[in-house]
This record gives sequence, C-alpha cells and structure tokens, in this order.
Amino acid sequence: MKHPPPEGPGHGNQGRRHRRGGLAAAAALVTVSGLLAACSANADSGKTTLTWYINPDTGGQAKVAENCSTGDYTITTQVLPQDASQQRIQLARRLAAEDPGIDIMSIDPPYTAEFANAGYLAPIPQELQDTLSKQSFDGATQAATWNDQLVVAPFWSNVQVLWYRKSFVEKAGIDMTQPVTWDQIIDAASENGGKVAVQANKYEGYVVWINALIAGAGGDIVSDTDKGIDASIDIDSEAGDKAAAIIQKLAHSSAAPSDLSVSNEGTAGSTFGSPAGAFLANWTYIWTNYAAQPDVMKDIGYARYPQSVEGEASHPPYGGIGVGVSAYSNHVDQSMQAIECITNPDNQGVNAELTGNMPASAAGYDDPKLHEIYPDDLLTLFQDSLNAATPRSVTPYWSDISGAIQSTWHPPGDVSSNTPADSAKFIDDVLHGRSLL
Amino acid sequence: MSTATATAATPSSPRTPTKAAATDRAKAENRLGLKLVAPAVILMLVVTAWPMLRALYLSTFRYRLTTPDDREFQGISNYTTILTDRLFWQDTLNTVIIMVVTVAVELVIGFAFAMVMHRIVFARGAVRTSILIPYGIITVVSAFAWQFTFSINNGWVNSWFGWLPWIGPNTNWFGDHWPAMFAIMVSEIWKTTPFMSLLLLAGLSQVSEDMIEAAKVDGATWWQRLWKVILPNMRAAIMVAVLFRALDAFRIFDNIYVMTKGAQGTESSSFLTYRQVIEQFQLGMGSALSVLLFLTVLLIAYLITKFFRVDLAQARGEG
Repeated sequence: MKHPPPEGPGHGNQGRRHRRGGLAAAAALVTVSGLLAACSANADSGKTTLTWYINPDTGGQAKVAENCSTGDYTITTQVLPQDASQQRIQLARRLAAEDPGIDIMSIDPPYTAEFANAGYLAPIPQELQDTLSKQSFDGATQAATWNDQLVVAPFWSNVQVLWYRKSFVEKAGIDMTQPVTWDQIIDAASENGGKVAVQANKYEGYVVWINALIAGAGGDIVSDTDKGIDASIDIDSEAGDKAAAIIQKLAHSSAAPSDLSVSNEGTAGSTFGSPAGAFLANWTYIWTNYAAQPDVMKDIGYARYPQSVEGEASHPPYGGIGVGVSAYSNHVDQSMQAIECITNPDNQGVNAELTGNMPASAAGYDDPKLHEIYPDDLLTLFQDSLNAATPRSVTPYWSDISGAIQSTWHPPGDVSSNTPADSAKFIDDVLHGRSLL
Repeated sequence: MSTATATAATPSSPRTPTKAAATDRAKAENRLGLKLVAPAVILMLVVTAWPMLRALYLSTFRYRLTTPDDREFQGISNYTTILTDRLFWQDTLNTVIIMVVTVAVELVIGFAFAMVMHRIVFARGAVRTSILIPYGIITVVSAFAWQFTFSINNGWVNSWFGWLPWIGPNTNWFGDHWPAMFAIMVSEIWKTTPFMSLLLLAGLSQVSEDMIEAAKVDGATWWQRLWKVILPNMRAAIMVAVLFRALDAFRIFDNIYVMTKGAQGTESSSFLTYRQVIEQFQLGMGSALSVLLFLTVLLIAYLITKFFRVDLAQARGEG
C-alpha cells in the first residue's frame, strides 16, 4: 500500500501514517464517487437519459438525437464499431447479459430477426407499427419484419446502383439508358481496359452481392425461414448457378480489379476513382464520395443495378438501419416515443443530408436540401431501386448462413459451377451442427 | 553469502535437539507460508480454475447465446463433431506450420541478436534498445503496419521488391493462402524475435567465460566453441525460450485477425475458437474447442520439455 509522503520530521510513526493513508484513500474514494454520481445524473436533475447505440456516421444520428430530445428525456448517442458484424457482436453480448444501459439501438437489417427471435427487442405498439409500415419502402418494411411483426423502425435505407464513368461508356459505346447486364459490363470493361469494382472480400458485403445476383436471376438463398434451422436452402438452383457464373466470369476476366478478393466498399470506390475505373456497384453515398477528385465527380454516371439475366429486372442489394428498443431498457415507453420521432420522415431527411444515407420512406425524400445535393433523376433512381430491392433473407440464423456462404464462395477466383451445390450442403451442415463454421 | 551459510550450518551440528526445534520452526514457517499464499491461490482458483471447469461443463451442451431455450445436453458430441471436421484439422495444421516456422526462424535470428547484445562493446544500451523496440509495440499495431506493408494498394513490398520475378505491382499478398501465411509469419517473427533474443541473452550471460577461454586455449574454433561449449550450456535457457514462444505462437490470433480475418484458409485454432464463441455465440461448441486448444498447449509443453530433456526445477536453479 502506498502512503502519502510524510510532511515533516514528526511523521515517522507507523500508526499515524497508516491512519493518514486511510484518510487520504477515503477522501479519494469520496471524491471519485462524487464525480461518478455527477456523471451519471443528468445535468437537468430528474430528466431521463436515453442511450442510443449508433453505427458510426458523419453526425446524422447525433443531430437527430438532439432534435428528438424533449423536456422529459435527453437522447445521447454511443458509437458502435465500424463493422456491421462487430456491431452485432457488441449489441448481442450486452443484450444477452440483460444490460439496461442500452435503450435504443441502430441495427443492421440481416441481424434484426436474430435479435427479435432472442427476445432482445421490445415489441413496438401496433399503432406505431402501422404508421411505420405505411411510410416505409416495401424493402425496408420487409427487412424489419419478423413473425409478422415490425420489430424495428426503418430509419434509413440504402440501395446499390450501378455507377459508371461517362467517358468510359462513351469509349466502349454502351447505351446506358437501357438496362444492362453483368455480362455486358464485364465484356465492355475487359475489351476496353476498364475495371468492374464490386465487394468480394470475405465479409458480409460479398454475400450482399451474391444475394443480389441470385435474386436478379429469380432465386433466393433460403426460404421458409420460420422453420429455423430446417429452412429450405435454395442456393443450389439455376439462379445460384447464374450467380456463380457471373462471379467466375468477372474473377477470370481482365475487368477484375487486382484486389478483387480483398475488395470492400472503400477499395472498390478507390478502384472506380482510378484511371482504370469503369463500373462500380456500390451504395448511394458514392455520389458525394469524390469531392476531392473533381474530374472523377464530373465523370460519374448512374444507372439501375445490372441484371443477372437479360430481360429480367434486377433486384438491387438493400441495406440500411432499423432502430429498435431494448427489451431490457428501464425506459421502454419513452424509448418508443423517441424512435417514433427519430424515424419520422423529417429526421430521415436530416440524417440523409448529413450522412448520404438515404431515407427509408418516400416522404423522407421530400427534404429540399436533398434535392440540392442530388440530381432529381438520381433520387428517383434510388427510390425505384429501393422498391425493387431484395433484402437478405430474414432469419435468426442469417449470420451462420452468411458465414457458410463466405466460406464456400470465397475467394471469387475459386467459384465454379459446383459452388452453389457445395454451399447448399455446407449451410445445411452448419445449421444442424454437423460442421464447424 | 558464505557467512550466512556458516551461521545457518552451525546450530545443526548437535543433531537431535536442534532437529526437533528446526522442524517446529519449519512447520510454523510452512503454516505462515501457506497463509500468505492462500489469498493468491484462492484468487487463482476463482479466475482460472472456475472458468476452466465452466468451459468443460459448457462443452457438453448445444448452447447458443441468442437461442438460450434451445440448450440441450449433448455429451461428447461437440468433440466428435470437431475432431471429424476438416476445418478443425486444417486450422490446426495452419497453427502448427506457423508455430514451427516462426519459432525456428526466431531461434536463429534471436540467437544472432543475443550474440550482438552480449558481445557489443560500444553503444550497448542503444543497440539493445533498438533490438527490443518491436517487442514493445502492441501486436495489433504491428499487424496493421505489416498489413499496410504488404497491401496491394499502398504497401511498399510490391514496389521495393518489384525486381524479383514473382513480385509485381499487382501481387495480392492477401489473395492466396501461402502469400498470406508468409505475410502473417513475417509480422509474427518481426514482433517476437526480440523476446526470444532477450531470453537467449539471459542464457548466454550464464555461460562461464572461463569455459570458453579454456576451449580457446585448447584450440577450439569459433564454430566448435559455439556448438560444444556455448549451446550445451544454454540448453535450459533455449528450452525456456522455445517453450514460451512455441506456446505463444500456437495461440496466434491478433495478426490473423487484423491481416486476413481468417480468409484464404489462414485461420488458426484460436481464431476458430474465437469465431465460434464470440461471433457465432456457440458457447457449447466454442467451449469444446477451447478445451481442445488447452489440451494441445499442454501436450506441446510436455513434448518440448521431453525433447530438451531439461528438468524445469533444475532450469530454475532449484535442482
């Protein structure tokens, strides 16, 4: 034990030193606990603090939290990790421990069902569910529904579109006013020295791409998800084969970026911004991504997500955030009021302005500032794409299914016509505990 | 020192009475010793033995954190699933390769560094410090540094070593199994060689200068002195260094997590366990993997001590 240094010659006595040490320690304890008490109590005494765990953004959610704080409660934000699967891990572990420190949380769509199924989410009152279903895009509602109940409030909805370099398509002579297919853009890029940038690292983003390719060919990865681990696994199908063929074609063509097997949204954006950039499948925020590269900015064109099969409408990837209330919160009612405010179209607009993450409702797109940042036809494209978007299958076992797909479909260079069948077997084995993931 | 030995020895010469007294004292001292270590032992049991037993218990269940109602006793079925799974053996093989290669390379480089640190006459402090710097860097930080180094987008390996026939500006180090394993091992070696050299330096400084001098007088060459005098006398130190590093290397996690996230089949046993427990919340399966990992580490420790034929107590100077 450390003692405070004696102040003078008269302090050699051990007992007195001990007492002084004890006193000093007690004083320190009192001070520290006083500080802690001051921290935990809200500055305005008696006012509740609602803690909202948010995914990192550029200030949109913090601004919305400020807008939605009332005389009764203040909403504060806590930032979750960058990576969606890490966000899931942190939230799920705390919720499993019934942590009352989380009141409101921003949840990535693929994990919504898992949280709802585990009983982590407080049920949303029917009236609020009706309002939310009415205002939100179909894809957003679909992604937020588990067991016929809306379990989170759709807040923002992201969708991928096909970004292209105008100079490149002019050189390649492709008519981008008509729907294009993956085969077309891969051929055009390889013949003209361009690159098709996608997300194909071993992570969730790669499964987003695979899911969209399969949906575009009229298939799905799993169905009957309410049967839990006995859901029907449909990836081994004609649609799955088509998806594998597209990935295989890109991976073995000169249109594949050299970092294909480790590419994510960010690196794909860099590839697109480089001189070899031609096409990019990516989220809405790409429009504001090249502020530092005015030449690229001027050269960006956009079109609907490519078709997997010629003549069949594409189903672009859906992303976004739903806002849920923790079942273990001490302030469930107030949190429900708060999420109603957070997800109203005005605040969706505010968030979109600040972050580039587009609203989950058509009304949110009425925000006048959005129309200053984005061209009207791009905003229309986003909304049309959202209405056609196919979210990833809503199942509590999504992380297992996604992990099994990543294991069997990565690296993209090894994808072959056997991959869909292999992955179907592996998903089934993993779900039934016969194989390690 | 010699005085202390002499005084301690004197009372023991008249045998019978003092022996009884000494035993009493020894008993009292033992009791005091037990009392003194008791808190630490209890703390150890709480923080170490309890989680270990709990893991053993959990490993017999199918238990997922997000579906707690689904919990079911499974006996040893988790173990049979693991031991018959291809992924488990592939990850174990990866881990063994990483362990053997990194420890072997570190032993050689570490020994060279230890020699430098031992023999250097000028700027001794500066040289020793600079050799030890990598060990002072947090593994995650060093893993990021090496990830950037090998990165296809902004790494310097591709540009500096572009003159080698198999390296070009488009070499994707993390795009294939062996290049990715190479990058992971380079990072691991860079980070932990100083630790190895520190342990070897301790052993090196215990080798008597007289023996080396005598060998020199007898006409032994530098190579002979190294193999016949220095290394045999450092056996205990080498064993400790190899043991510590091998166990550390077998539990490799950070480098893989940062550099590849286990992609390209670069997963290690620890990483597999992490994914089961932390990412998939499979507490049952994950606990079974942890138990197997623990047993493997024990086995490695046993094999290394057997291989070096060193008694650990002797290595501590108690023999």
